[in-house]
Amino acid sequence: MTIIDSNRPDPVDDAAPTVGKVEISHLTKYYGANRVLDDVSLTVEPGEVVSIVGPSGSGKSTLLRTINHLETFDAGSVTVDGRYIGYERRGDTLHELREAEVLKRRAQVGLVFQNFNLFPNLTARENITIAPVSLKRLSQVEADQRAMALLQRVGLHDSEKYPAQLSGGQQQRVAIARALALDPKVLLFDEPTSALDPELVAEVLDVIRDLATVGTTLIIVTHEIGFAREVSDRVVFVEDGRIIEIGPPEQVLRNPINPRTRDFIGRVL
Amino acid sequence: MTQVTIERSAEIETEEPTEPLKVVRVRHWGRWAVSAVIILLIAQFLWSLVANEKYGWGTFGEYFFSDAVLDGLLMTLWLTVISIVGGFIIGTVLAVFRLSSSTLLNAVAWWYIWFFRSVPILVQVLVWYNLGYLYPRLGLGTPFTDDFWIFSFPTTSLLTAFAAVAIGLTLHQAAYSAEIIRGGIVSVDAGQTHAAAALGLPRRVRFFRIILPQAARSILPAGFNEIVGQVKGTSVAFIVALPELFYSVQVIYGRNQQIIPLLLVAVVWYAIITTVLSVVQYYVERRFSRGTVDLPPTPIYRAKKQITDLWHRLGEEDGKASPAVTSQTDTVTSYTDKESV
Repeated sequence: MTIIDSNRPDPVDDAAPTVGKVEISHLTKYYGANRVLDDVSLTVEPGEVVSIVGPSGSGKSTLLRTINHLETFDAGSVTVDGRYIGYERRGDTLHELREAEVLKRRAQVGLVFQNFNLFPNLTARENITIAPVSLKRLSQVEADQRAMALLQRVGLHDSEKYPAQLSGGQQQRVAIARALALDPKVLLFDEPTSALDPELVAEVLDVIRDLATVGTTLIIVTHEIGFAREVSDRVVFVEDGRIIEIGPPEQVLRNPINPRTRDFIGRVL
Repeated sequence: MTQVTIERSAEIETEEPTEPLKVVRVRHWGRWAVSAVIILLIAQFLWSLVANEKYGWGTFGEYFFSDAVLDGLLMTLWLTVISIVGGFIIGTVLAVFRLSSSTLLNAVAWWYIWFFRSVPILVQVLVWYNLGYLYPRLGLGTPFTDDFWIFSFPTTSLLTAFAAVAIGLTLHQAAYSAEIIRGGIVSVDAGQTHAAAALGLPRRVRFFRIILPQAARSILPAGFNEIVGQVKGTSVAFIVALPELFYSVQVIYGRNQQIIPLLLVAVVWYAIITTVLSVVQYYVERRFSRGTVDLPPTPIYRAKKQITDLWHRLGEEDGKASPAVTSQTDTVTSYTDKESV
């Protein structure tokens, strides 16, 4: 993908994706007295691939988790295709929704964790089918077929292995297949390769790279600067809970305007 | 001493051995001496079991399958099943309360556990049995009065000796089970809950398919401890003269004064139940370790394999190593086949 405009992703082709728009506006969150997110605003267009980079403890993961309401926030708003995940707006206030409703809305946003968090008591196939079956989206038979197709898509063949019998890279690929099983409009990655041995990083990045080309909105928190530069439409640099710089990867990762971004990129490359 | 050995072997090492060197293992003389003493003591004890007539094995045999003992055994098993099943169901609810974010539910569960762990089970059984003294009638009526009842029953007819023991044991067990289950749930990695939440799994699925099966790994050993303990714990029923196993043998030796033989009857039955439960525990724990470790073969499987291996080896010796020769020839043939292809 080539970048035409610094703020917009390029229109891929005629079948440009229409769903999966994420709008974060004036988001603020405190842990006690500590402000972990400070007036963050970011709009991610349908089908866009956005990488979030920044030092440890800068609030990247927290920001990511507010998008599917795994983290609550104190002010501001997050919507996916114009809808709040965990809240309902009445006038000027957001009312927290009941859990059942949150769970239903959350299923449209997939999340892949740093530590995979596969369910160790279930096989690879069962890990993938449990959500579509228990949310009554698919029958067990349909879900099994879909699981096989998804495993194939991420390059795995043995569906009856338990997570402990798989390598880290294989586990993370099952975790990606599990997230895809609900056909999410938006897929979030929380440092998907940080817990992997160096030789296993590539196989996971290959899968994410494939996803980047099919039109799902991807938001990736990562330390893999080279990968971020390659797949992203835009890169966001976050520090101290604030967005310091945002733009196409060539700008943010090669010629950053902000001295703090320049400092960070200089340290990690 | 070690140094000396090293020096000496260093000298010898310079010589080229003519034959393959023989390995002599270190001899543990002290260990052998202690083992001999222990074996002697065990033999002495086993001999006394047979030689000492006061064990009264005749009486033991006479009563082991007697109706009174078997009825008592059945009562013991029945009380164990009720109190363990009931206790673990109530215990699970209490554990969930303790882990809930609601302060009220949390406090209710905390005080319940505090209370039932504080009151001795004997006292509890007696209070349930004598509840009629405090509350003569139980039923549904106008709150805070004694005047009007929609329906009611005399307490003494509801709380029989059996009911008092069953309720007492269940409530007591619930408090202990709650803590064991809570410990198991807490031991499951928080990432599991996050992952289940991120997938939008409903609460019920999250608890019963994800968290509880993983918690079971640490709940089971402690849980089976409780079950095995409860089998013997049911003997508190003697306080209200409910004829479970222990009370039944007490009644019998009260009549015939054969105390030791009858206590042995109870002990052997308890040991049999514990043995069965231990085997069940082995297989249940195995079931719940699926996916976490590579399971070793079961003892039954290993025994079977050892017998078949032995069988094969015997067969080979009988046939003067002919099977080995055959297999060698096979290998050779297959190699030739491969080469010719």
